Amino acid sequence: MRREVSSAPTRRAVIGAAAASVLARPALGGTPPRVVVIGAGFGGATAARCLAAGGVDVTLVEAAERYVACTGSNAVVVGLRGIDAQTFGYEALGRAGLRFVRATATGVDATARRVSLGDGTALPYDRLILSPGIDLRFDAIPGYDAQAIEAMPHAWKAGEQTVRLARQLDAMPEGGTVVLSAPANPYRCPPGPYERASLIAHFLKTRKPRAKLVLLDAKDTFSKQKLFEAAWKTRYPDVIEYVPLAAGGAVTEVDPAGMVVRTDFAEYKADVACIIPPQRAGRIAAQAGCADRSGWCPIDPVTFESRLVPGIHVIGDAAIAGAMPKSAFSANSQGKVCAQAVTDLLAGREPESPKLINTCWSLVAPGHGISIAGVFHPADGLLADVPGAGGISPLDAPEDVQAREAAYGESWYRTITRDVFG
Amino acid sequence: MRTPLPGLALLAALTTAAGAVETRPPPGASSCTGCHAEGAAMGALAGRPEAEIVGALDAFRSGTRPATIMNRIAKGFDAGESQAIAAWFAAQAPR
Repeated sequence: MRREVSSAPTRRAVIGAAAASVLARPALGGTPPRVVVIGAGFGGATAARCLAAGGVDVTLVEAAERYVACTGSNAVVVGLRGIDAQTFGYEALGRAGLRFVRATATGVDATARRVSLGDGTALPYDRLILSPGIDLRFDAIPGYDAQAIEAMPHAWKAGEQTVRLARQLDAMPEGGTVVLSAPANPYRCPPGPYERASLIAHFLKTRKPRAKLVLLDAKDTFSKQKLFEAAWKTRYPDVIEYVPLAAGGAVTEVDPAGMVVRTDFAEYKADVACIIPPQRAGRIAAQAGCADRSGWCPIDPVTFESRLVPGIHVIGDAAIAGAMPKSAFSANSQGKVCAQAVTDLLAGREPESPKLINTCWSLVAPGHGISIAGVFHPADGLLADVPGAGGISPLDAPEDVQAREAAYGESWYRTITRDVFG
Repeated sequence: MRTPLPGLALLAALTTAAGAVETRPPPGASSCTGCHAEGAAMGALAGRPEAEIVGALDAFRSGTRPATIMNRIAKGFDAGESQAIAAWFAAQAPR
């Protein structure tokens, strides 16, 4: 109860302040309110497009030349599709009624409400939306630094890393060992490591006879666990060895030169090692003062406005979105809701309490899909599950249902990428 | 023939203090288009009759319509919320 009482006045105060500052502008004959969005992934590009569609003056800042989507990239790791199917240009965004600025955002002055860019220029804003995704933590596992990713790719930011892991798997000897490590919560794409384990196991079974996969996990429970474990038992009983935290699954050190992965209990010699390290919000979030000690960004569940810095909203993987997982679907849902809330705040009206949906499909084998879904709403100052909704696919789903789930997942991927980048 | 915005949608079309007519999507609606689009396996919602969408959500919720995932999602919305979402999509031009 205490949290409810303390959070409500904060939000009203923020809304009141926003309404006053924005409404004052036209009266003074100033420029219309300006929104800057940093990060053109599933969250930021969605928010920028929605704002532009609503007639808001919006500038989208992105450092990369093109976007390489993580969602679906496990299929690239095992050669089921090419990296081109994950890669999207930003040309269409430049024609979507917004200003697309190809630059690195190097800093945020939240008092002056200004974003500084790598070329020395600055962008003033009335409201700023951060959608910076994740940074990998190279200070978390001894030995796993920025150079180690060549020998032991994370492939958790899609692109060169994804292709590198695919090549290493392709080149590994028959009867070899793959070591895959999953981090503790929270991290990008909760079911992702387990889909990756499933698809690598399928690859090994069909292409690398007698090869094994050791999955080292820094936790004991994970997304869609029953579904994955059922699939592993029936499909890959002699391929996957799962080591949860309780059995010593937390990686304590890696030696990239020797291709050795260590835990408190054992040492694993790998032919291929994929280390998915702990993560934090993308760098600009901390620079703007929006990240807390966890490295992630606490937000208001109605507006996605930072709990730490007024005037800045945080969406996507970087945000602490309560029960909502860090997924492309979540980021897209959040981008739309946040854009509406920012539009409301700029117009001086109170945003409605939203509902958001997330769905994540995973493949347990090519053509065999499983899913988790959720509906979320603000409760006690956080985004919480709507009771009674959501959950995972049935354990006893027949083959044709798994085939349909795989097809739906693929269809969603085409829709969402066209929606955001097309 | 396009039916005009019925019952609940009219209630939702509140006038704000600034005098602007309410044009915001009802809670939940903006998430639907993540999947439901023209050409998608899930089918588009824009321009579908309100009663059809309400009926589908109701059937998914009660389990009378087979589903892979909509049975889990529909349970997150009550009858009033479903009606508002249905009216929102019914009022849009098909695309």
